[in-house]
Amino acid sequence: MNRRTEVARFGSVRWAVVDDGRPIFAQIAEQIENSIIDGSLAEDAQVPSTNELAAFHRINPATAAKGINELVDEGILYKKRGIGMFVTPGARAKLLQRRREQFADRYLRPLLAEAHKLGLTSAELKDMIETSQENR
Amino acid sequence: MIVNVAGVSRRFGDALALDGVTFSLRENTIYGLLGRNGAGKTTLMQLLTGQQIPTAGTVEVLGQPPLENDAVLTQVCFIRENLRYPDWFKVKHALRAGAALFPHWDEAFAQSLVDDFALPRDRPVRKLSRGMLSAVGVILGLASRAPLTLFDEPYLGLDAVARQRFYDHLLADYAEHPRTVVLSTHLIDEVADLIEHVLVLDGGRLIVDEAADALRGQVVTVTGPAPAVSSVANGRVELHRMSLGSVVRATVRGVVDDRARAEAERLGAKVEPLSLQQLVVSLVGAGAADAKESSR
Repeated sequence: MNRRTEVARFGSVRWAVVDDGRPIFAQIAEQIENSIIDGSLAEDAQVPSTNELAAFHRINPATAAKGINELVDEGILYKKRGIGMFVTPGARAKLLQRRREQFADRYLRPLLAEAHKLGLTSAELKDMIETSQENR
Repeated sequence: MIVNVAGVSRRFGDALALDGVTFSLRENTIYGLLGRNGAGKTTLMQLLTGQQIPTAGTVEVLGQPPLENDAVLTQVCFIRENLRYPDWFKVKHALRAGAALFPHWDEAFAQSLVDDFALPRDRPVRKLSRGMLSAVGVILGLASRAPLTLFDEPYLGLDAVARQRFYDHLLADYAEHPRTVVLSTHLIDEVADLIEHVLVLDGGRLIVDEAADALRGQVVTVTGPAPAVSSVANGRVELHRMSLGSVVRATVRGVVDDRARAEAERLGAKVEPLSLQQLVVSLVGAGAADAKESSR
């Protein structure tokens, strides 16, 4: 009998747990959010179960459950009793809105700090952003 | 609560192996019992399984004292680093003993584990390699499904692949059959993500009894120019400080919130979390220093 939980079917999702000192449950929640934002978890799609997440990430099931429950509390996921967790319609728009609000804090502030350290002017910075975008 | 330990001390002659330890273990939780050699981890597990008598204090498992108490001891499985078997025992006899001893024993699971760890069923246990001997212990511990399962450094001689297999089986089986598991180990980073709650013993005293999630990020290292490092270190407990030229690295206890982190970064310092292993090392070091201080 094979007791290992099969989780490979959550194919396109980026699952590497990054160790940045935040609680693991928060990282699990954020990865599910990322999958919703990039569309690999569609609205009304079923999300991996607590045990599947635990086996895949090699973390305690209670930790995985905490990450899932956080998203349920925020209305990103909803529960179908006895079946599992699903993505709430409208969750993607809600997450996009929130991530955009966080964008300045999380990405612009460190970028500006480094630019300041290197003595880059706003104009130079703007040029660099435009060049990078053209090269994408 | 499946375990209640209150004010427990254990003295061996002049040595105080445990010093006024108080804690509880919840049902269906994986605990990490961490600390240096001689910190009292094995003594504590012996007390929980009725193999030692406390010098002071009380130990209750499933609401009763474990000493010579079959009602308790059939619900408890203790896998020690050096499990001894009768000389004539073969692997299959060890499994049969497990089946006879533990009421929740799962024979099909045990057999699948024997295959997975590639153990020869008919080989005498005394002729097994160190790693195979450890595998027998791991299989007994997992297949016992005991409501309280204690693993005291069960991995001796197990290679990295076999250890990962043990962790994976433990997680998968725990998910389907929750129970209380206590893992005592020195390979802290390997089990850091499996552990829900952390207990740290240092010199016989319990210095950490905290949820693993809450512990993460409570100790950080701050690296950078001295003023930037001080912006974080001031008002927090500094456990360790090193400098290299004008660069300072301090290990600091206390949660650094986003604002304090941003301020440190603006001043040119980097704030990084410690791994559970580094965290335990830093706390145990600090504990030893405190002990010296108070004995003066």
